[in-house]
Amino acid sequence: MTHAVAATHHTSMGLDSRKMAFWAFIGSECLLFGSLISTYLVYKGRSVVGPYPHEILNIPFTSVSTFDLLMSSLMMVLALAAVQRGDMKWGKIWLFSTALLGLVFLGGQVIEFTEFVHKGLTISTNLFGCTFFVLTGTHGAHVTVGVLWLLTLWVRALQGKLGPANAMTVEITGLYWHFVDVVWIVIFTVVYLIQ
Amino acid sequence: MSEATGGGLKSWLTTTDHKRIGLLYFWTAFAFFLVGGVEALVIRLQLAHPDGHLVGAETYNQLFTMHGTTMIFLALMPLGSSFFNYIVPLQIGARDVAFPRLNAFSYWVFLFGGLLLNASWFAGPLFHAGVLNVAPDAGWFGYANLTERQYSPGPNIDFWLLGLQILGISSLAAGFNFVVTILNLRAPGLKMMRLPTFSWMTLVTNFLIITAFPVITVGLLFLMFDRFFGTHFYVREAGATPVLWQHLFWLFGHPEVYILILPAMGIVSDVLPTFSRKPLFGYTVVVYSGILIGFMGWGVWSHHMFSVGLGPIADSVFAATTMLIAVPTGVKIFNWIATLWGGDIRGTTALHFAVGFIAMFVIGGLSGVSHASPPADLQQTDSYYVVAHIHYVFFGGTIFGLFAGVYYWWPKMTGRLLDETLGKVHFWLQFIGMNLAFFPMHFIGLLGMPRRVYTYSPDLGVSDLNLVSTIGALLIGLSILIFVVNLWRSRTHGRPASNDPWGGATLEWGIPSPPPPYNFSVIPTVESRLPRWRTERHGPMKDPPARPPAPIHMPGGSWWPIVAAFGLPVMALAPLTHTLWVVFVGAAILLFGIYRWAFEPFEV
Repeated sequence: MTHAVAATHHTSMGLDSRKMAFWAFIGSECLLFGSLISTYLVYKGRSVVGPYPHEILNIPFTSVSTFDLLMSSLMMVLALAAVQRGDMKWGKIWLFSTALLGLVFLGGQVIEFTEFVHKGLTISTNLFGCTFFVLTGTHGAHVTVGVLWLLTLWVRALQGKLGPANAMTVEITGLYWHFVDVVWIVIFTVVYLIQ
Repeated sequence: MSEATGGGLKSWLTTTDHKRIGLLYFWTAFAFFLVGGVEALVIRLQLAHPDGHLVGAETYNQLFTMHGTTMIFLALMPLGSSFFNYIVPLQIGARDVAFPRLNAFSYWVFLFGGLLLNASWFAGPLFHAGVLNVAPDAGWFGYANLTERQYSPGPNIDFWLLGLQILGISSLAAGFNFVVTILNLRAPGLKMMRLPTFSWMTLVTNFLIITAFPVITVGLLFLMFDRFFGTHFYVREAGATPVLWQHLFWLFGHPEVYILILPAMGIVSDVLPTFSRKPLFGYTVVVYSGILIGFMGWGVWSHHMFSVGLGPIADSVFAATTMLIAVPTGVKIFNWIATLWGGDIRGTTALHFAVGFIAMFVIGGLSGVSHASPPADLQQTDSYYVVAHIHYVFFGGTIFGLFAGVYYWWPKMTGRLLDETLGKVHFWLQFIGMNLAFFPMHFIGLLGMPRRVYTYSPDLGVSDLNLVSTIGALLIGLSILIFVVNLWRSRTHGRPASNDPWGGATLEWGIPSPPPPYNFSVIPTVESRLPRWRTERHGPMKDPPARPPAPIHMPGGSWWPIVAAFGLPVMALAPLTHTLWVVFVGAAILLFGIYRWAFEPFEV
């Protein structure tokens, strides 16, 4: 796996450099999603034609997706714990389960988007369509990157190239995954629950 | 280590050495600085006389847009980056940055983004535009809804938004790298409050970069969707408001102003003590003022939007915060003056530029305070008064600070001193030139000439002032030519530099000029804020030995940063040419580069 200069050296703050960089990245991502969510809120109720959110959003369906993503975070925690204690059998299982639940979430998003388009809401229909698709689409793109990342780790584990020595890599993957999950909780609350 | 020390094209394309990347940043950014300068000269020649007809209105729009975009994103920011790269690891006693390959990636992304933006000058025939130049033409802050497809149907704005997205990736990657490098790779004993001021301001700047750039990324993303996928983020008819763009742009744009000025403030805070033989007056206050500016820089963006009509409450709040942010800036000015006061001053070219910075930045700051007041701002906005202000801040401020840095650190970076006589001719020509060019603009603006118009009538009564301004611009051009001659001559005629030609206090002066690939033969232990000077409690530190006592392993080169970086402009070609499959090719290149990068052995 990749090694940063400081990963093998003493660091001034006593924190692994890759982990610190990742926290900085997450801070930066907060501003990205903050801007997207703010725009959604600013434009809320300003669409001049339908369909409007209450006519189209399917809360029960998305609640299942949300639950699925939350569970994937649990799998991620279990994956990291397994890798840290050197239990690569369960490490592989949990890594794959995390990726799988991520894929299920993405599948749910594909179904949701398709249904919306059939009901007449495309990205260019109205302001709700613009802000909804770009916000949730950007989040979906993040989940996609996370799934690719997790599957890469899983393949590395299958090849026997991922072990407790790479626990930091798995931990950072976990940071990313949990962050993407937390963002979804905010989106679910702001877009779906508080209409 | 062979690749890090060897010559040849391959060693540069694959380099991960922060010093080489610093030099690449310098030469690339300087080349773009010359391009932006030529654009400025054409603008000034057009405006030298009323009813000028050197260029038409359309080309003029492209010139001022590309001048602003180039100078801010392709010249000033990356010139700052060249010093972040070259100097910061030396100042903190590190062998390299935290992520050497990410650093190379940042540089290549910057280069490709800059080339993509400037390709628009020649890309007309590819788009059957009927003209050669289809450069961006909506101003450097590209206000919506002028940038919508409906009002700007050509590829001009596409080049702008795609180029800026790519450059944003470069800045973000570098931002994470430098935040971690400065926080985590400091030499033993180099506590935060012992950090050289330049490294401190680099840290604040990079925090601003990683927080401000995501905001413009979102703004540009909306614009991209509006232009390519039929969304209505900035379309009034759909219930949206173009003011959203202004908020997103200036939420980024005002921190960006400090991203541009803080590195220069850091340079000046290092140069003044060296040439006054005095510690920086009120180091702690200067550092905290820099941090405070970083925070407050987030709370003033709407002063760019007073003329929008945001209402009396918003206007009052942003007027107040804008006046407040002048306080930490003023504190710094007084600290710099107090550093000079009673010092053992050596009038080197670097010091000339540093003092020039203070004087010019004060003028720019004062005109800035004058448009902190909304009623005054309404008289000034979109007039040449604002153009005068921005140039006193960025040219008189950032550029003078950067030149102070060039004259100060050039011997460290190349092993050769720049000629001091030529340097002073450069300084005085540039100093006189900039005041001739930009001071009259205050009056031109207040007399009623709006900016961004390609010509003006003799009846406006600003013809003479405009001619003076053009003469000043030509003087600046001449001064930069002298600087180029100085750079060129220094390669062969420059006096060889010792480790420490200036008697500097910070770590970079304790090692050879230019430094060996590993920088420090032994990582130093720092015991004071001015480690190489004698202070009340500490003697000067011992410099590292000339030869490393044990072999030092340095990372070799890597092809994958440049390969991954190349995927981005390829992806940008897809929307430009409206061909979908190209985006997959670009993404494949990017992914391929990232995977090879992640899995190559890169031991350090």
